[in-house]
Amino acid sequence: MEISIRINGETVTRDVPPQTLLVHFIRDTPGLTGTHWGCDTSNCGACIVQIDGRAVKSCTQLAAMVEGHEVRTVEGLEVNGVLDPIQQGFHEQHALHCGFCTPGMMMASRSLLDENANPTDQEIRVAISGGICRCTGYKNIVAAVRWAAEYEAAQPSPTKQEV
Amino acid sequence: MATTVENLPSAEHERPIGFGRLKRKEDARFIRGQGRYLDDIRLPGMLHGAILRSPFAHARIVSIDTSRALAHPDVAAVMTAKDLETLGLAWMPTISYDTQAVLAGDKVRFQGQEVAFVIATNEYSARDALALIEVEYDPLPPVVNARRALDPDAPIIRDDKPGKTDNLATPTWEAGDEDATERVFADADVVATRDVMYQRVHPSPIETCGIIADFNPQTGQLDIYNGNQAPHVHRTAYAHVAGLAEHKIRIMCNDIGGGFGNKVPIYPGYVCAIVASLVLHKPVKWMEDRSENLISTGFARDYLMRGEIAATRDGKILAVRTNVLADHGAFNGTAAPVKYPAGFFGVFTGSYDLEAAYCHMTAVYTNKAPGGVAYACSFRITEAVYLVERMVDVLARELDMDPAELRLRNLIRPEQFPYTTKTGWVYDSGEYERALRLSMETAGYEDLRKEQAERRARGELMGIGLSFFTEAVGAGPRKDMDILGLGMADGCELTVHPTGKAVVRLSVQTQGQGHETTFAQIVAEELGIPPADIEVVHGDTDQTPFGLGTYGSRSTPVSGAAAAMVARKVRDKARIIASGMLEVSVADLEWEKGAFQVKGDPTRSVTIQDVAMRAYGAGDLPEGVEGGLQAEVCYNPENLTYPFGAYICVVDVDPGTGAVKVRKFVAIDDCGTRINEMIIEGQVHGGLTDGVGMALMEMIAFDEDGNCLSASLMDYLIPTALEVPDWQTGHTVTPSPHHPIGAKGIGESATVGSPPAVVNAIVDALAPFGIRHADMPLTPSRVWDAMQGHPLPPV
Repeated sequence: MEISIRINGETVTRDVPPQTLLVHFIRDTPGLTGTHWGCDTSNCGACIVQIDGRAVKSCTQLAAMVEGHEVRTVEGLEVNGVLDPIQQGFHEQHALHCGFCTPGMMMASRSLLDENANPTDQEIRVAISGGICRCTGYKNIVAAVRWAAEYEAAQPSPTKQEV
Repeated sequence: MATTVENLPSAEHERPIGFGRLKRKEDARFIRGQGRYLDDIRLPGMLHGAILRSPFAHARIVSIDTSRALAHPDVAAVMTAKDLETLGLAWMPTISYDTQAVLAGDKVRFQGQEVAFVIATNEYSARDALALIEVEYDPLPPVVNARRALDPDAPIIRDDKPGKTDNLATPTWEAGDEDATERVFADADVVATRDVMYQRVHPSPIETCGIIADFNPQTGQLDIYNGNQAPHVHRTAYAHVAGLAEHKIRIMCNDIGGGFGNKVPIYPGYVCAIVASLVLHKPVKWMEDRSENLISTGFARDYLMRGEIAATRDGKILAVRTNVLADHGAFNGTAAPVKYPAGFFGVFTGSYDLEAAYCHMTAVYTNKAPGGVAYACSFRITEAVYLVERMVDVLARELDMDPAELRLRNLIRPEQFPYTTKTGWVYDSGEYERALRLSMETAGYEDLRKEQAERRARGELMGIGLSFFTEAVGAGPRKDMDILGLGMADGCELTVHPTGKAVVRLSVQTQGQGHETTFAQIVAEELGIPPADIEVVHGDTDQTPFGLGTYGSRSTPVSGAAAAMVARKVRDKARIIASGMLEVSVADLEWEKGAFQVKGDPTRSVTIQDVAMRAYGAGDLPEGVEGGLQAEVCYNPENLTYPFGAYICVVDVDPGTGAVKVRKFVAIDDCGTRINEMIIEGQVHGGLTDGVGMALMEMIAFDEDGNCLSASLMDYLIPTALEVPDWQTGHTVTPSPHHPIGAKGIGESATVGSPPAVVNAIVDALAPFGIRHADMPLTPSRVWDAMQGHPLPPV
């Protein structure tokens, strides 16, 4: 079946089997392999993207269910060569080792800050608890999200990107 | 797409030439989703493989009918053991000189074992076609329990081995002096004994295992894309098995989504994909799903240990003794230097000055997945440290002594190093008491004990647990250690270009440890070239020198030493060239980081970059000096390095549910010279999380029929951000005396050191119930059982 989804502001249209998962639809789009899969059971969170601004595990959605919706992936975080503060925070605070869970962690974190500009550490932990990181022990991910929140609070104008 | 992180603000002090906090070079691609992991690679014309696995733990294969699968329009081929037999590839060697079936022919020996390999034009069809293969099995009684495997009437699992009449996986192994230890135990005031189980767990990196094999029949070249931890070892193993020359095989690891030992072995799926590509002349990809990862690839632990500890009444520990029953699963795939069938378990004497020690180990086959390799185990030191640190706490309770005080009384003293243990290990350096006292100070140990007393009086269950560990990492000296006959040394090549930029080529392979940054810093420290100007190349066998790879925390101890030595070799040559440029003798030059200066005349100097240009330039070079500025080394470590640490864990146990909350965790680590603080701390945070996972929730469980009960991340529980505390780390620095820069490994320290701290804390919390020990994983139900006076026995 033919499916059209807006991904990072561009419409992607492809003829795919009806059972195609959103994560596979995204990853089969040239240049968009940053969204990963890791568990098949919606436990690991490596596949988290934003759908209409909300963090969603893209392995829990059929591509067909997302027809007509806006998807934002890790590749959509950097705009015009400027990193999203979340990306910057992950680098500043050493919040990634192997980098495999990182796109999902960053998309979950972006969604948190979009809804709550000044979360507590516990709120950050809850927001990223849909993902599993085997490398970092989470402490630096919490620090990275805090870094991004403080960076955004210090900006004279909002840095959030309209998707 | 930008490929740098240049728009990130970065303070000058964060950009050292040499050691110190330095943000990672590799982050630039990962934070943009531009990493290149195995599943991101798509080759033209690539076929996809899928594996049919056994539903039984133990069964004879009566027949396999692949005709319906072959009739599937998208299926290119179906492979079974019969096909592999004609090629002599039905069985493959393991890294412990055992054999493992690539595809099961005679019978299946664990649930999930590989039975057939389907190759199709796409992954969905390959998996669909698995359902079209008909296999008739004749079920056999399974052996799931290691003790049952020793029964004289137990079914023989490895009847493929001619004359095999038992389930022993290796000859019995021992270390230490049995008689001397018995004498000490016989005369000791106090002896404590416990059965301690280290349950089967799984590394479960978030990226599962997979491969793309691409054979070109015209050139005879086999390209392999496969994220693994030891690419050069894999290449030589494939060369042996496939009869190809090493230079006709190229392994490219690219980015790896975590390893933790899981990506050390060669799995049957790899061999199947390679054979399929050799036969079909097309790229063939095989990528396991999570369930396959959990049920069939390298697990860890599964050690049942009887621990005994002997001491005087006033708390001098005299001896430890243990009898271990190791479950290796259906094939012995343990990763250990071959002279060490129990890995480095011999360091179970811990950090204590003892009079005697003895260890006896029996290893058995069971109808469970093979491996015994992995999960940051440091070649079985994880088990060893858990045992001794648990037993010290058991003894403290027996003596009614504070566990910190007991440890302080018995730690090896600084002046005793190098210290030879009763099992023959030579610990290189340590200041143990300093680290333990720092951990107590950081945690506020005295105050915690007071708080605990108050809470206990109110009926609350608060526990404080300590562990003190010594690791043995950086395998290892060629004279003692090899894997499949390959000495455990590592090569390194360094080229400084005319403009003073450099490329360093490593034989080790990062899975997230930050080698592209750390190794640039090592070379920067030695040569004075900024890390930003040093490119680290790794993970591609065509681009790197031979070496044994990254596992057992060996990258910094071995390859890090190689990087320092190769940089010194380049510097030695640069010094000769500089002496010519400055027209003085070599002895009249002083090295200031990045430049050679004439002694007593700082105005006359040349930088390393000046020297590099001269090395390739038109001017004369000193007599006997060849042009160019490069060098290579192969570093053979003289000894292991022995990092250590002191950990304190504080838990609260819910008296109504048995749920454990890790409230606080202090980790003091000593890994000798610290190259990049930020990366070291990150390694520790990750290892602590592994440790809490194993202590509280992780276990690969089986039912009595051998069905794996932990075949997804819904059943195999891994900590999220909500199960772990805000780690508190600290450090002391005791350099290794034999490592060129004094560094020791750090990758596995926290995984090794943290489980006993967590369990000791929980047992401490449960002291009011009279509990001396409870086995991991301490899930709420297991804690609850312990509180009711019925701790589950070791499985």
